Amino acid sequence: MLVIKDLHAKIDDKEILRGINLEVKPGEVHAIMGPNGSGKSTLSSVLAGNEKFEVVEGEVSFNDKDLLDLAPEDRAREGLFLSFQYPVEIPGVSMVNFMRTAVNEHRKYAEKDPYTASEFLKLMREKKKLVEIDSNLTNRSVNEGFSGGEKKKNEIFQMAMLEPKLAILDETDSGLDIDALRVVANGVNKLKSPETSTIVITHYQRLLDHIVPDFVHVLYKGRIVKSAGKELAHELEEKGYDWIKKEFED
Amino acid sequence: MAEDQDKILEEVTGGEYKYGFYTDIEMEEFPTGLNENIVRLISAKKKEPEFMLEFRLKAFRHWLTMKKPDWAQLNIPEIDFQDIIYYAVPKKKPELESMDEVDPDLKATFDKLGIPLDEQKVLAGVAVDAVIDSVSVKTTFKETLAEKGIIFCSISEAVQEYPDLIKKYLGSVVPHQDNYFGALNAAVFSDGSFVYIPKGVRCPMELSTYFRINAINTGQFERTLIVADEDSYVSYLEGCTAPQRDENQLHAAIVEIVTLDRAEVKYSTVQNWYPGDKNGVGGIYNFVTKRALCKGDYSKVMWTQVETGSAITWKYPSCVLQGDHSVGEFYSVAVTNNHQQADTGTKMIHLGKNTRSLIVSKGVSAGKSQNSYRGLVKVSKKAENARNFSQCDSLLMGDKCGAHTFPYLEIANNSAKVEHEATTSKIGEDQIFYCNQRGMSTEDAVGLIVNGYVKEVINQLPMEFAVEAQKLLQISLEGSVG
Repeated sequence: MLVIKDLHAKIDDKEILRGINLEVKPGEVHAIMGPNGSGKSTLSSVLAGNEKFEVVEGEVSFNDKDLLDLAPEDRAREGLFLSFQYPVEIPGVSMVNFMRTAVNEHRKYAEKDPYTASEFLKLMREKKKLVEIDSNLTNRSVNEGFSGGEKKKNEIFQMAMLEPKLAILDETDSGLDIDALRVVANGVNKLKSPETSTIVITHYQRLLDHIVPDFVHVLYKGRIVKSAGKELAHELEEKGYDWIKKEFED
Repeated sequence: MAEDQDKILEEVTGGEYKYGFYTDIEMEEFPTGLNENIVRLISAKKKEPEFMLEFRLKAFRHWLTMKKPDWAQLNIPEIDFQDIIYYAVPKKKPELESMDEVDPDLKATFDKLGIPLDEQKVLAGVAVDAVIDSVSVKTTFKETLAEKGIIFCSISEAVQEYPDLIKKYLGSVVPHQDNYFGALNAAVFSDGSFVYIPKGVRCPMELSTYFRINAINTGQFERTLIVADEDSYVSYLEGCTAPQRDENQLHAAIVEIVTLDRAEVKYSTVQNWYPGDKNGVGGIYNFVTKRALCKGDYSKVMWTQVETGSAITWKYPSCVLQGDHSVGEFYSVAVTNNHQQADTGTKMIHLGKNTRSLIVSKGVSAGKSQNSYRGLVKVSKKAENARNFSQCDSLLMGDKCGAHTFPYLEIANNSAKVEHEATTSKIGEDQIFYCNQRGMSTEDAVGLIVNGYVKEVINQLPMEFAVEAQKLLQISLEGSVG
């Protein structure tokens, strides 16, 4: 699904990613953890194609395509979805209009006919139910005036609508109360299939109680310094990151 | 990174003008330049009654004593008024009885513009008056309207057929002393539309005029007069385009609206004159005076404008709220790109008691353009309990454009309640990226974001024109015209 080889990226001449290697296979859930400033969010931005970051070195293949060669919108249409840490507000643009444009762009790319209004609304109703999102959220403008929790639920709803092959959840748990966390995690779990993969970026173990990872990686100073099974997350929760920092200080 | 951003914005905002074609129609033109003889010639050519000639001459003589205004936030190059042709008529024009008699080239022009002159193919319920260069060439649905007593014809025809109405109302809202371009228009106006809605009649369809400047070096000076008698209602639409030329062309129009007791007029404009090229060469100078007189009690006028074209726009559709309880509303979207300049807004003059006005202005600036909102809210001494709410928002794309807001308040009555809100925002890179990540191209993203921003105004347009306006907005801001 996704193969990252020796990925280096910088912003304003500051190198943030310094040689990332990672392979994600279909059906797998990977958690990426690490202290603040280790490059977690940069990794998700670079994979999604945010042009604020410059890729200096390395390769990324996504379903056998050169990901770094694709425009951000084509990466999305190929099935890469990023749940943003800070979802952006777009005043005056209704969720319905926004999602319909997005979904139909995906369909166009896959050489399918666009949904008619009634087909689309039906799909929207189904997905809303699936991710337990409040009906009135979709009647409002994109993220405008949404609470932190509502924004995150809205990200998961969009994910349900777009049915990505690879979903990257960038600190989706931050700012969520326990109930919202459960709703978000349930949504993600329901959308999981043997063909789709998930990368969960988080500081905390608590999200991983709900979305159980197959692998846990620790990112530190732009490199993956430790990889193991889900037990690593518990160890980190218990001991913090200091022992890792000590071990890998340069 | 900043360079990349500039590149994206440049691509997205560097759209080319789509209506820039020119139709080779045989024209009858007057000699270039302006003097009293030209004014007399225009009047004679149109076989006008004596009172019209007097009207024109008075205006012309006054115009000679006036100076071009320079208070706007505009950089207006010197205009040589002797280098303009003041009258141009398609030669084959004459009296048209059916569509078959229209010059096929002319018809092709309107087809290209997507303007339905053919009554069979006409958009449901829109009557059209088409003005090319200076003369009205075709008015549709005249008979249907006549059954209700509605008059919808060219202003030249109205001068001949309804001189009493013209005498009574022409120049009653915008007198020739009003302003420089207004005086010029009064002297040389060649055509335009006239509408009269009789007492108690609700006009059953949208009335619409399409203006097109075609001939070279020609000024277009049209004049529109709308009179809504007691308890009547009409919705009126105006659309404009022009061919792409390297030199600037002058468009100095006047629109006058009069509403009597409880009458309501909705006036919508989609202005898309040629804006000049990417380097600021060519384009229309759009100096227009639009004013409504809410003469009757409980009357209402609503201006809605979507301004995407013209090299320079100087325009303030206004309402004089004379009748008690009368209402004026102004909804505006002004988009400037490349080297365009716009200084636009409104004036709400509260004279009657319990008068209300609402102003919603949305400016979008891109490229190296300058976009100003200028608005006056004036409450006179006798205007008890006047209310105004103004909202002026500016959206900036890139860092080479400018947005300015000039609100003027003149309040002479303590019971007035006037509110003004203004915001300025930028289209965020992060908003565009968010849309990209959901599979939308940057162009689609910009279109979506801008249309969201102006939704409040677009919603005021009649349905089919709202769709057109949305597309137009996207095109004026896009690199590739779809």
